[in-house]
Amino acid sequence: MDSFQDTIFKLKRYWADRRVIIQEPYDLEVGAGTMAPETFLRVLGPKPYRVAYVQPSRRPADGRYGENPNRLYKHQQLQVILKPTPDDVLEQYLGSLEAIGIDLRKHDIKFEEDNWEAPTLGAWGIGWQVMLDGLEITQFTYFQQCGGMDLELVPAEITYGLERIVAFLQNVDSVYDIEWAPGFKYADVRLADEEQFSVYNFELADIDTLWKEFDLHERECQRLLELFRAAKPKDRFPVLPAYDRALKCSHIFNLLDARGAISVTERVGIIARVRKLAVGVAQAWVEQQQQQGEPSRDREGAVSTEVLA
Amino acid sequence: MPTFLLEIGTEEIPDWMIEAALQHLKRGFETAFGAFGGEALMLDATPRRLVLLIEDLLEQAPDVQTVVPGPYLSTGAKAAEGFARKWSTSIDQLDKITDAKGERYIFHQLTKGQLLSDALSEKLPAIIAEGVHFPKTMYWTGKNGVRFIRPLRWIVALLDDRVVPFQVGELQSGNTTRGHRILGSQQPLEVTIENYTETLRKNFVMVRAEERRQRIEQSLGPDVRKDQDLLQTLVYLTEFPSNIRGSFDPSYLELPEEILITVMRHHQRYFSVVNEDGSLAPAFVAVTNTQGDPESLIRHGNERVLRARFNDARFFWKLDQQKKLSDRVQDLAKVTFQAKLGSYKDKTDRVVKLALELAAQTGANQETVRKAATLCKCDLTTDMVKEFTELQGVVGGLYARVQGEGDAVATAIYDHYKPTSMDDDIPRTLEGQVVSIADKLDTLGECFRIGMVPTGSKDPFALRRAAQGIVKILFEARLPVEILKLAEDVPDLPAFLRERVEYYLRDVLGYAYDEVNAVLAVPATTLADVADRVEAIHYVRPTEDFEPVAASFKRIKNILKQAQVEHCPEPDAKLLSPGPEEALYRAFNGVREAVNHNQSYREKLAFMASLRPQVDTFFDKILVNDPNSVIRQNRLALLYSLLAEFSTIADFSEIVTQGASV
Repeated sequence: MDSFQDTIFKLKRYWADRRVIIQEPYDLEVGAGTMAPETFLRVLGPKPYRVAYVQPSRRPADGRYGENPNRLYKHQQLQVILKPTPDDVLEQYLGSLEAIGIDLRKHDIKFEEDNWEAPTLGAWGIGWQVMLDGLEITQFTYFQQCGGMDLELVPAEITYGLERIVAFLQNVDSVYDIEWAPGFKYADVRLADEEQFSVYNFELADIDTLWKEFDLHERECQRLLELFRAAKPKDRFPVLPAYDRALKCSHIFNLLDARGAISVTERVGIIARVRKLAVGVAQAWVEQQQQQGEPSRDREGAVSTEVLA
Repeated sequence: MPTFLLEIGTEEIPDWMIEAALQHLKRGFETAFGAFGGEALMLDATPRRLVLLIEDLLEQAPDVQTVVPGPYLSTGAKAAEGFARKWSTSIDQLDKITDAKGERYIFHQLTKGQLLSDALSEKLPAIIAEGVHFPKTMYWTGKNGVRFIRPLRWIVALLDDRVVPFQVGELQSGNTTRGHRILGSQQPLEVTIENYTETLRKNFVMVRAEERRQRIEQSLGPDVRKDQDLLQTLVYLTEFPSNIRGSFDPSYLELPEEILITVMRHHQRYFSVVNEDGSLAPAFVAVTNTQGDPESLIRHGNERVLRARFNDARFFWKLDQQKKLSDRVQDLAKVTFQAKLGSYKDKTDRVVKLALELAAQTGANQETVRKAATLCKCDLTTDMVKEFTELQGVVGGLYARVQGEGDAVATAIYDHYKPTSMDDDIPRTLEGQVVSIADKLDTLGECFRIGMVPTGSKDPFALRRAAQGIVKILFEARLPVEILKLAEDVPDLPAFLRERVEYYLRDVLGYAYDEVNAVLAVPATTLADVADRVEAIHYVRPTEDFEPVAASFKRIKNILKQAQVEHCPEPDAKLLSPGPEEALYRAFNGVREAVNHNQSYREKLAFMASLRPQVDTFFDKILVNDPNSVIRQNRLALLYSLLAEFSTIADFSEIVTQGASV
């Protein structure tokens, strides 16, 4: 029987063998692998890209103090982005299941309609939830829009729910009983996070502090986006740090929401504020990429000045 | 005669879109290739393919001859020569015709019928890419690429034994299909029209939906709860269906059946199984897309998933009981009803007020209605409903019962979303009906107030369904509520509700449109009364005298209109001339007397119809427009009282009568 980490190794190996860059998780709080810049920004524009990474995904409202065997505040997604989508993408995906030891001829696989939408990212796609013997193991999405823009190349996004898949493979009823590594259960590694963050997210997080943080991060992101507009050249302009701030806002919003601090009237407005940041960053990124793609006069000018000096 | 096979190979199409897509495909084909005749032998689909097989097509479309008008002879030889040259002929070969402006040349243009194979190559790409409509489409080859519901992966296009070549986007048609994803060959499969079905069958694809349906149905077992919608879904979720039967721990049966069934049906797409007494048995049937489950691995997997789901439900149930519904009312302030319309707390406050008004009108128990309306939305804050949203209302009802709110309150909450369709039952109790109407009427009123009015197929808040629900309750429960009056201060809402009433009378109850119009032309009171009146008209209508009298009433209405009579005193009996006029008056008085002692609309209308001989003779013999104005006014007064007596039932001039001239 493969441990949790063995299964992750195998999936990474499988995709690495198919010319996919294996990245490490993004080091900020995100609600889903989609929000990591490796997906959110890389799917934009005309450049092909293939990447996979495990992304711990934090959803404060989903915490259950470690008491529910299937719900977690933070779960692990293995995210694969294939841009553009290969014609045999579903066959490749099914191959990955075989690679982690699922004999598909003995199991029932169905692709059931499940379209994905993230209003705070201005993103949506068409796809399925992949069902294995009645268990949803993967979300498969053909991205259509991101940051409010139609995508030039359509990427396939494959999001494996690692806890569910491994619980299935290891035949256990609770995620906490998953063997993470020989001698170590999931509970040994993660239970404390679930307990403590549930207490914090639902009971102790200081609402005033969170609001202040939200405002500060938002302001910093906006400041950068405004500077970007005037910046020349733009190729080294810190668009990525601006996106970090947008991610912070998104996570703080989720915390405030879990804490019950967002009223109905505020809610729509806050979502719109986060979306505005994300869309702003996406547009800046696309513009920056375009300039890098073309021979930039400014840059050449700068170089030649240097040479002359 | 040629046979044509088209198979559009895709990735998995959402089950509920498939049948409509097939109809679009067929219609698109018939429209484009109508000239070639043909008979559809097969119109079928699996999740991965849409299939159309047509036989008896024409090799070539019939030639078409059209007449091209040329210059008039009077314009001279030059014009004629030019015309002849244009059509590569000579003047003496041209025919002539004469029209209003004189004699002119014409040319008989012969358009050769297109070859079927050419027509197919030319038109199929557009039929596939644009003719097959899906509610939502995607692109996958890149911006501005071809759109379809899911990526197109192959196309089989065979005209007898030849491939019809064409491209949709970058995809080239051919003669290779694909088998079942897992069980079939992993290679493309060459097919001919003759061996198409058989080749797929060998590769574990039952291309005919009916065959899959039968295969599922046959092995369901007599103890499985019938569920046609679920069956339909599973037919289009599988290419090779096989049933498995699993079980769950009977201890979960302590949870309400509604919750267990919802988990099985909506979340897992399982059929549920019942005991002989109709109660739920601890078993289920899942339909897999496999050949079977010899090692019970699939059964085991499904049982485990179900156990986890039931554990969740049990967990939510226990957690939710820690805070009673009555302690959750304030929490509704945090649940959005609609961005512009505030929270469910705001909505609850409005619904309580409205429900109490309705309770006063209908005699519903005020305290039950107040409690039920106050608590009816509280389950939106429970974990159970957050997880199983389709159980809203039901969960509230179940919780209210165990939390001691009393059966009447619990039932009213449980039922208050009903009816959710025209086939669904209305709430079982008067209090449930009142809360249901108040909830729906509030949604309608608020949405209309901010201009969120359904247009065309767009009705995101399901306002039509809400209005239809109100109408259905009022009709079936015969509640003494004047619905249009309740809505009269909201712009456009009365008209919207009236439309729904018309729809209900015509399409649900099956009354003729003119009967409905006639009844609704009279100011509406309660819908129960409307129902009685239209029923009476429908009942009396086939009798011999009714339509002629209705026609006469139309005539009376016109006469009064022409004379600009809007109100009249009673006719003066002394001024009536003996004969037909007096006879009508006497007969009318007799009827009026009888009608006053009789409440049934049917009898009233029968009395009205009985006046036909006197009415007919009156119009035959009497000139209303008498030169003496006193006589004339009196005659108008007689007609006026006649019309007024019956016009509270319907406006009979709306009845379309046959052969009766006016």
